[in-house]
Amino acid sequence: MNFLWAFVIGGGLCIIGQLLIDLTAMTPARVLVCYVVAGVVLSAIGLYQPLVDLAGAGASVPLLGFGHLLAQGVQKAVAETGFFGVLTGGFTAAAGGIAVSLTTGFIAAVLTRSKDQN
Amino acid sequence: MKRISKQEYSEMTKRVSPPSKIGQNCLWAFCVGGAICLLGEILRQNFLSMGLTKELAGLAVSTCLIVLSGATTALGWYHQLACRAGAGTLVPITGFANAVVSPAIEFKCEGLVTGVAAKMFIIAGPVIVYGILTSEIYGIVLWIFSKM
Repeated sequence: MNFLWAFVIGGGLCIIGQLLIDLTAMTPARVLVCYVVAGVVLSAIGLYQPLVDLAGAGASVPLLGFGHLLAQGVQKAVAETGFFGVLTGGFTAAAGGIAVSLTTGFIAAVLTRSKDQN
Repeated sequence: MKRISKQEYSEMTKRVSPPSKIGQNCLWAFCVGGAICLLGEILRQNFLSMGLTKELAGLAVSTCLIVLSGATTALGWYHQLACRAGAGTLVPITGFANAVVSPAIEFKCEGLVTGVAAKMFIIAGPVIVYGILTSEIYGIVLWIFSKM
């Protein structure tokens, strides 16, 4: 049952992105930015955690989940360290994902050469 | 020669260009995006059964998907899938990884510093900037409420 929800919710979040691209001519970069910001906002007003509980990776793998991670990090850091948590919370929570992305990017660039995309 | 206004021109191009297949695009996005999330959930259940906490299992899933996306991007497969799947390959974390890895490879010819390292942030940079800014606003609100 978990797996079904992960597929349906994850796919559904992708359809919203596809509609944004097709109907509003938004560039992919803008879609990603909107998704992260929306993830933080939805998490802040308490709507995203129920979706994560229901769909697991179906809600945490789309980029909305990255925003959710940032919001959770800030929440935890402010509770623990007060005002300075505002500054450290987001990056602390996102550190792992960003570090892996950058490392993968660097290794891939060193090991391969660009080829004609067409 | 007849001069045409911008509006007439856009109507003409609309008439000539093939009808956009929004329904088909959405179906592709749903299936591919759903499949990536399903893979993520299978990995997550495995990591949880190995005794990882929820937070670490999430990080482990992200790590697997990012490395997988990086490898398929380097091989050129991710781009081929993305041509059909659109947002299905963009919205999951694999799309973010693709947006980091792809320009890093593309701009290798401009050097390791101003090429690879700088261009990695072409799309990741804005995502991180606006994500962090929003989280800071949320943090300030939380902090103010905690003082009241």
